[in-house]
Amino acid sequence: MNFDDTPQEAAFRAEAKAWIGANAPKQYEDELRQSSLGRVRLEGADILQVAKAWQKKKAEAGWACLHWPREYGGRGASPIERVIWQQEEGPFGKLSGVFIIGHGMCGPTMMAFAAEHHKRKYLPPLASGEKVWCQLFSEPAGGSDVAGLRTRAEKSGDDWIINGQKIWTTGAHYSDYGILLTRTDPNVPKHKGLTMFFLDMKSPGVEVRPIHQANGQSEFNEVYFTDVTIPDSQRLGNVNDGWNVSLTTLMNERMSIGAGVATGFPEIFEFCSGLMLDDGPAIEDRAVRSKLANWAVKASGLKYTSFRAISALSKGERPGPENSIGKLVAGSMIQDVATYALDLQGAAGVLSGPEAELAGKFQAMLLRAPGTRVEGGTDEIMRNIVAERVLGLPGDIRVDKDVPFNQIPTRGRA
Amino acid sequence: MNFDFSDDQKQLRDQARKFLAEKCPPKAVRAVLDGKAPYDRELWKGLAEMGFLGVAIPEQFGGAGAGHLELCVIAEEMGRALAPVPFSSTVYLAAEALLIAGSDAQKSKWLPKIASGEAIGTLALFEGTGNPSAKAVKLSANGGMLNGVKKPVADGAIADFAVVAARSGASGRESDISLFLADLKGGGVEIKELTNLDPTRGQAELAFKNCKAEPLGAAGEGWSILTQVLDRAAVLTAFEQVGGADRALEMGRDYALDRIAFGRPIGSFQAVKHMLADMYVSATLARSNCYYGAWALSTNAGELPEAAAAARISATQAFQHCAKNNIQVHGGMGFTWEFDCHMYYRRANAVALGLGSLSYWEDALIERMRKKNAA
Ligand SMILES: Cc1cc2nc3c(=O)[nH]c(=O)nc-3n(C[C@H](O)[C@H](O)[C@H](O)COP(=O)(O)OP(=O)(O)OC[C@H]3O[C@@H](n4cnc5c(N)ncnc54)[C@H](O)[C@@H]3O)c2cc1C
Ligand SMILES: Cc1cc2nc3c(=O)[nH]c(=O)nc-3n(C[C@H](O)[C@H](O)[C@H](O)COP(=O)(O)OP(=O)(O)OC[C@H]3O[C@@H](n4cnc5c(N)ncnc54)[C@H](O)[C@@H]3O)c2cc1C
Repeated sequence: MNFDDTPQEAAFRAEAKAWIGANAPKQYEDELRQSSLGRVRLEGADILQVAKAWQKKKAEAGWACLHWPREYGGRGASPIERVIWQQEEGPFGKLSGVFIIGHGMCGPTMMAFAAEHHKRKYLPPLASGEKVWCQLFSEPAGGSDVAGLRTRAEKSGDDWIINGQKIWTTGAHYSDYGILLTRTDPNVPKHKGLTMFFLDMKSPGVEVRPIHQANGQSEFNEVYFTDVTIPDSQRLGNVNDGWNVSLTTLMNERMSIGAGVATGFPEIFEFCSGLMLDDGPAIEDRAVRSKLANWAVKASGLKYTSFRAISALSKGERPGPENSIGKLVAGSMIQDVATYALDLQGAAGVLSGPEAELAGKFQAMLLRAPGTRVEGGTDEIMRNIVAERVLGLPGDIRVDKDVPFNQIPTRGRA
Repeated sequence: MNFDFSDDQKQLRDQARKFLAEKCPPKAVRAVLDGKAPYDRELWKGLAEMGFLGVAIPEQFGGAGAGHLELCVIAEEMGRALAPVPFSSTVYLAAEALLIAGSDAQKSKWLPKIASGEAIGTLALFEGTGNPSAKAVKLSANGGMLNGVKKPVADGAIADFAVVAARSGASGRESDISLFLADLKGGGVEIKELTNLDPTRGQAELAFKNCKAEPLGAAGEGWSILTQVLDRAAVLTAFEQVGGADRALEMGRDYALDRIAFGRPIGSFQAVKHMLADMYVSATLARSNCYYGAWALSTNAGELPEAAAAARISATQAFQHCAKNNIQVHGGMGFTWEFDCHMYYRRANAVALGLGSLSYWEDALIERMRKKNAA
């Protein structure tokens, strides 16, 4: 048992470190370090532009999507090299936020299902950040139950005509392309009538409407499709096999190990270390310590769980299922952390602007946290996954499993 | 990075699991639970024969000279099987104290006997209600004579010797505390068995009356040695706790698959599934913290104090959480003497207290992190 790099890993780390040292946008380092859930902001700069510039620079030197094959814009790095890169990239990795969906989910899906000439055309600019991608799965009628989606794709010659609505599409407003899950056959049970495509978000008939989120920001959108044409060559996988294609996407989401999920622990520990309460420093208070200790062991537990997965990768093995707990643990933890940080601030915890403690860092975290427990699979869905896939417990009874899609009820109380 | 046990260590774990499955089935644990014996003598002998008691004791002192990672994997299996033997007192506490602070003569006297199963050792630290604290040590040491009362002392009624924390000075500082080695079979100690939550591991009161004892380690170094011993024992105990947590989770999962209510396995109800998923989460977090503790323990890393506290907290929480919800999954059956659930519940809650309770370690962890941060 050791944390040592192999000689090759050490050489790779040194190379990555040196390159990052010489090329990273250092002027933003402090702000990025201070950024946390709900607030990644750069004073006087457009974060999307800064992110794209950094990604492009990485791509030119061969550091973008480094685990992808060379011909698709990567450098064919091993999974462990990717992890080392993420460790060395440190706070600059927070700039990758806008690319997470494209790199983590759309890219791998394209790689598995797109035609070779499409891969060579679309993947390199995705890797380099010149083109941003989004994931058009969720709909008003299908979030957790994404197979309940209703957006129709109908064949017309060599094309497909798309009509319907997506929702919660992160980054649709600045995305160039998207992967789109549609219904191609409503007469069969829901999982059997889906088909996946990729499309140009600038296609006629695509309308993006930002959603005003509960925390006041607008990261996600509604996307409307009115007679949008997609050539059949942009179909991913077989007709009516979209469910299996989407599983590849979602599997990749869970397989991406690395930078780790934000828990809020470093922030709350730092805050308590500097805070004075009536009767002394917060960090010396028994009640505060008890809370901190509980979060400390969750954060370290997640960290070392990912180290176990990294070790498996490093040996060329597949990481075990233990990695699936990250978001479940971190999501509610960061929400609790934010709530407690405000509690320690007393009445002034109610302030959320520049007058607030730490300029409202924990208030922003509090308001963004509910989304974390929903996006990418809700807490409940994650528990179902652990119970069924890891512990082998029975799946839920599915009342709609064998029912043709167009006969499934669409409302609860009439 | 290789943050995992080696193939040899995993093999040792399998070997220990097989051995314990055979020699320490629930029936054997119950024999001790029901008071038929103070501990499982046969099992203790078997553990010695397998080389498990001395796995981390150097060869020159009669052990296998393997190491602490090997001891960790065995500890996990001991916890899983609820082995009713004085393993933790003897191996994690007494042997570790000897290894850290013993003279060659002391090591030569006791370590080979520990490895061979001839001697049971323990740590006599507590004096009534409270967590580890130098201030709470009242038992006095004067001219090599111990006077005072220790309780509770784990496995005190069956131990042959004890490492005793004693007050040897009056400065009001931690340096007043020194450690002594007391031969419990040599007179001067009155021993009383006490009833406790988990009868599979005994607790006793030891009343020392002019008991002759020899110093262990330098005078005034007692508290600093103890702190190290407790940290090391915390990691090893955490592995036992993780082993117990995993077993309780498995029991709950198995029962949920077999038990039918409302025409379906109870494991198909989300309330039950989610409860089991949460048990898996806490057991997984604990295991990962334990691995870090194992690394720190086996390399004597500067991170040990923090790693030990984190492993201890996480494993205590996980075992308690899994043991209590295992009963919940079992419904009324979980609340019977016949089902094994309560044995895990008892152990989970007893072992949570022995080296200092959860609140003690929570405080210690943050104090250690604060100090490191300030440095
Ligand atoms: C910030 C954010 C970003 C997002 N980005 C994207 C994106 O880029 N692309 C995209 O396609 N989608 C995106 N989503 C959508 C996200 O995947 C869905 O919101 C999520 O899957 C939940 O679906 P829903 O909102 O329809 O809620 P529902 O599925 O209606 O869930 C409502 C409640 O019911 C519970 N529930 C539902 N089914 C079950 C079940 N079987 N068992 C137990 N409980 C259940 C849920 O846990 C939840 O508590 C995003 C969401 C958020 C919040
Ligand atoms: C101290 C004690 C005193 C009792 N006294 C009496 C008495 O005087 N008279 C009497 O008749 N009975 C008595 N009982 C029995 C008691 O009512 C049952 O134990 C209880 O109803 C649970 O049933 P069960 O034990 O069969 O567990 P099960 O029903 O098998 O439940 C096992 C687990 O599955 C869960 N579960 C079961 N069904 C569902 C579901 N639909 N949804 C979600 N979770 C589910 C349960 O919550 C539990 O966690 C007593 C029990 C105890 C512990």
